[in-house]
Amino acid sequence: MPARRKRSTKKNGFHLSRRRFLQGVGAGTAAAVAAPHLATAQLQIDEEVAGQERVPIKLKVNGTTYRLSAEPRWTLLDVLRNQLDLTGTKRVCDRGECGACTVLRNGQPIYSCMTLAIEAQSTDLETIEGLSQGGRLHPLQEAFVKHDALQCGFCTPGMVMSLKAMLDKKTNPTLDEVKGAISGNLCKCGTYTKIFRAALDAAATLRGA
Amino acid sequence: MAKKKTIYEVDGVFYEAVVEVPENEPQAWDAEATMAVLGKPMSRVDGPDKVSGRAKYTYDINLPRMLWAKVLRSPQAHARIVSMDTSRAEALPGVKAVLTHKNAPDMPWPFHGQDGKLFNTTLRYPGEEVAVVAAVDEHIAADALALIDVEYDEMPFVLNPEKALESEAPKVRGESNLQQGRPSVYARGDVEKGLAEADVVVEQTFHSQVQVHACLESHVSVAQWSGDKLTVWDSTQAVHPVREQLAQLLGIPIGNVRIISQYSGGGFGSKLWLNKHTVIAALLARQTGRPVKIAFDREEEAMTMGNRPSNVMTIKAGCKRDGTLTALFLKSVGGVGAYPAGAGCGTPLREIYSCPNVKTEEYNVFINADQARPHRAPGHVQGTFALEQVIDMLAEKCGIDPVEFRRKNYSSVDQTRNNIPYSSKGLDRCYSEGAARFGWAERMARKQQFSQGAKKRGYGMATQIWGGGGGPPGYAIVKINFDGTANVLCGAQDIGSATRTSFLQVAAEELGMKPEQVTLAMGDTETCPYGPGSGGSRTVPSMAPAVRMAAADAKRQMLDLASRVMKLPVERLEAREGFIFDKENPSTRSPIRDITSKMRTEWESPQSQIIGQGFRGPNPDDVALNTWGAQFAEVEVDTDTGEVRVLRIVAAHECGRIINPLTATSQIEGGVIQGIGFALFEQRVLNNATGRMVNANLRDYKLPSACDIPEIESVLVDIPDPKANSVGAKGLGEPPIIPTAGAIANAVYDALDVRVAETPMTPDRVLRALGKAPPPKQRARRAPPTTLSQEVTYA
Repeated sequence: MPARRKRSTKKNGFHLSRRRFLQGVGAGTAAAVAAPHLATAQLQIDEEVAGQERVPIKLKVNGTTYRLSAEPRWTLLDVLRNQLDLTGTKRVCDRGECGACTVLRNGQPIYSCMTLAIEAQSTDLETIEGLSQGGRLHPLQEAFVKHDALQCGFCTPGMVMSLKAMLDKKTNPTLDEVKGAISGNLCKCGTYTKIFRAALDAAATLRGA
Repeated sequence: MAKKKTIYEVDGVFYEAVVEVPENEPQAWDAEATMAVLGKPMSRVDGPDKVSGRAKYTYDINLPRMLWAKVLRSPQAHARIVSMDTSRAEALPGVKAVLTHKNAPDMPWPFHGQDGKLFNTTLRYPGEEVAVVAAVDEHIAADALALIDVEYDEMPFVLNPEKALESEAPKVRGESNLQQGRPSVYARGDVEKGLAEADVVVEQTFHSQVQVHACLESHVSVAQWSGDKLTVWDSTQAVHPVREQLAQLLGIPIGNVRIISQYSGGGFGSKLWLNKHTVIAALLARQTGRPVKIAFDREEEAMTMGNRPSNVMTIKAGCKRDGTLTALFLKSVGGVGAYPAGAGCGTPLREIYSCPNVKTEEYNVFINADQARPHRAPGHVQGTFALEQVIDMLAEKCGIDPVEFRRKNYSSVDQTRNNIPYSSKGLDRCYSEGAARFGWAERMARKQQFSQGAKKRGYGMATQIWGGGGGPPGYAIVKINFDGTANVLCGAQDIGSATRTSFLQVAAEELGMKPEQVTLAMGDTETCPYGPGSGGSRTVPSMAPAVRMAAADAKRQMLDLASRVMKLPVERLEAREGFIFDKENPSTRSPIRDITSKMRTEWESPQSQIIGQGFRGPNPDDVALNTWGAQFAEVEVDTDTGEVRVLRIVAAHECGRIINPLTATSQIEGGVIQGIGFALFEQRVLNNATGRMVNANLRDYKLPSACDIPEIESVLVDIPDPKANSVGAKGLGEPPIIPTAGAIANAVYDALDVRVAETPMTPDRVLRALGKAPPPKQRARRAPPTTLSQEVTYA
């Protein structure tokens, strides 16, 4: 009978809580880490923010300014979903690996799970909810529906936002450029083939419109 | 009403049921019938909701005063809880409840076998539940987990299924690590004799990996009580089964429980039954008087919610010089995990090819890892990867083209069920149409043309078989409204496979309405009648006939009303594309709403709404209901780096009537991409020292990304199967994932002249097969290592 080792484990869970680590963040700049093609943002925060006490923040999302209290450790993703009930942006990996949480900040796609809410202030944020105007879908959204570029739909908002950012800048993308635009968005259902088609179709529509 | 016994199959398991025989079921449509809606490409009806962000998934449900619950999980692979102190967690401000084995109801857990419990004190895999905290927000809940003190008594553990079969291996549960104490054995004919008779015999061992489901929406439930009524939003593939299972375990009436899953972010087989965290959410919600949400993070999702088990498969096969198979033998060892599950993979070998002498021995083995769960086409993906390579090996030795070899051994009967005929089998058309679209005949020339330097081209193909015949039970209700629109209430749920849209098309076709006039509800046990869980590719073949029957029942009443309004005999009336017309004189017609607006006045017994009911009747006797396919792969292998790039897949599939070619090709492309993930990228890696999964995230567990996608062409071999059911359609959910890895593996062999007999076919494995990589570090162990490194286990 092999010997048994007794072990006392005081602290459980085998993952270091990222939130606890970030709790002690002091004043200064913070960089958002996202898909490789994005520029690092440098943000000034006026006061020293640290600890768990909520601080007042202002977020401009889809043209509307929201005033709320947020803990410094809360991500933009969690504030969008839990405080603002903008649940179109999805949480999947919560560590910058899958792109489901993609939103646009000043026109650039970022992973909102890797962005603190406090550092998303003083920027223009766009989420999937902002794309359709007055109930009318954006041509990219219409193309997704037309080409069936979605199945379960959980990756879809992130895919759409990444592509929207690209189409705002590139009017005639190649297939490789489309692939590159969503290289930071994972889909398990396997909708990529039709997403490529929808993106190229939407680009043509936007050129013609 | 008459009733009869019928057989239906789910994921390779056959069930018997006694079911009512429908009296008024519509006849299956002729093969030549022209359809107005069915068989047409139509955008999925929930597309706008999903693409706009409006669709509320379970993870999106936020309720007032809702608590977040988080699970404390065992860090050990095998341990007993010696002591536990939750007082510091309970004292943390914001914590409202802590549930452990000490204070939870002593509830059995039937999904873990007879002695399963909600909270175990002997923990058998890393991640098993130890305690649950409910707090006012999830950060506080997570903080509270760190304040729970647990003392574990570590026990020896085993991770590798082959090692687990050795007599000195640590025991996961009970006396033996062999599930049921014996392998599952099948035999027909005499396989030794068949091998002796063969002119050509080949033998090969294959290793396949553990593949986790990686649903983007992790498992999540939100439970809310209102008095003694319980509502649970659950990311599930099985709203009605979960409802019954939950009610039973909680000891409350089924009628008091409502399960909602309108939208779910992927399941792939991991969400087919009630989960512990759902019960726990309900218990915490009852205890605290507040709604409770419990949502898994990526690590929990990968480590505790199931997987496709690993298999070691040894196949020995023999054939005559002319290619006729004489013997097929498979021995497989599959890693079940810590609790009972299926880990077999022999169905393709037993069934696809005509062969009189077949034997399979499947060992299902407990290991200290997460319990396996069905993962899209369980067993078939890895079993086909192995079988199809062996078939190619035989074909090569006989000098016969791989497609011709397969055709030579075509079977029109199910050899595992007393040779009953298949209701329909379009595999030959999958071969010919797939091969033609792929350019199979030109592949040698292309190989010459495109292989350059270190980069070699290769071409390969593989066959697939799957069930997908569905069966009872399943129910639907169709309501025709005063204004000529209709609502369909349909059992089951749309898990992303566009069943909501498919059934809407069936209803619209039968009712004679335009799709815009019809709305369909699924995924809510309160409003929809019973339907099965969506697994085994059963949803379409089970529910489409029920929907059609309900629509036919409603239409009969509508036409009866129309005969009064239009003053024509009812036998002359038919409905199509929004009109009711006289079959003898089609220009005599009336828009449906002009008829239905008279339902309150023109009828003998006036009504305010027409209600039709339908249910799934029995399956046909004495025929096998199966689906078929063949995939062809073009790959390029870099012999310097070992990288395999899939350039092109042609996927030809036959599953009865195609209800919607647009969404059907989505299913095919999705399956192919998941098949590529299995073939080339995905694998669970366990640390041998701790037993824990080291890649429980989406960076180190590699799902195919946009840059990995080849050209995928779908060939829909559309052959309605009127014998199967009144809609003539069978399931397509699982078939497309099955042959992809086999086709890629055969293509890799074609490129390299060397077999890669392990999945995923990562660059290191390819280089090793080419003899270019150094062998793994040797340590003093009994069995030589079959994997790359002694530090980790890929099982």
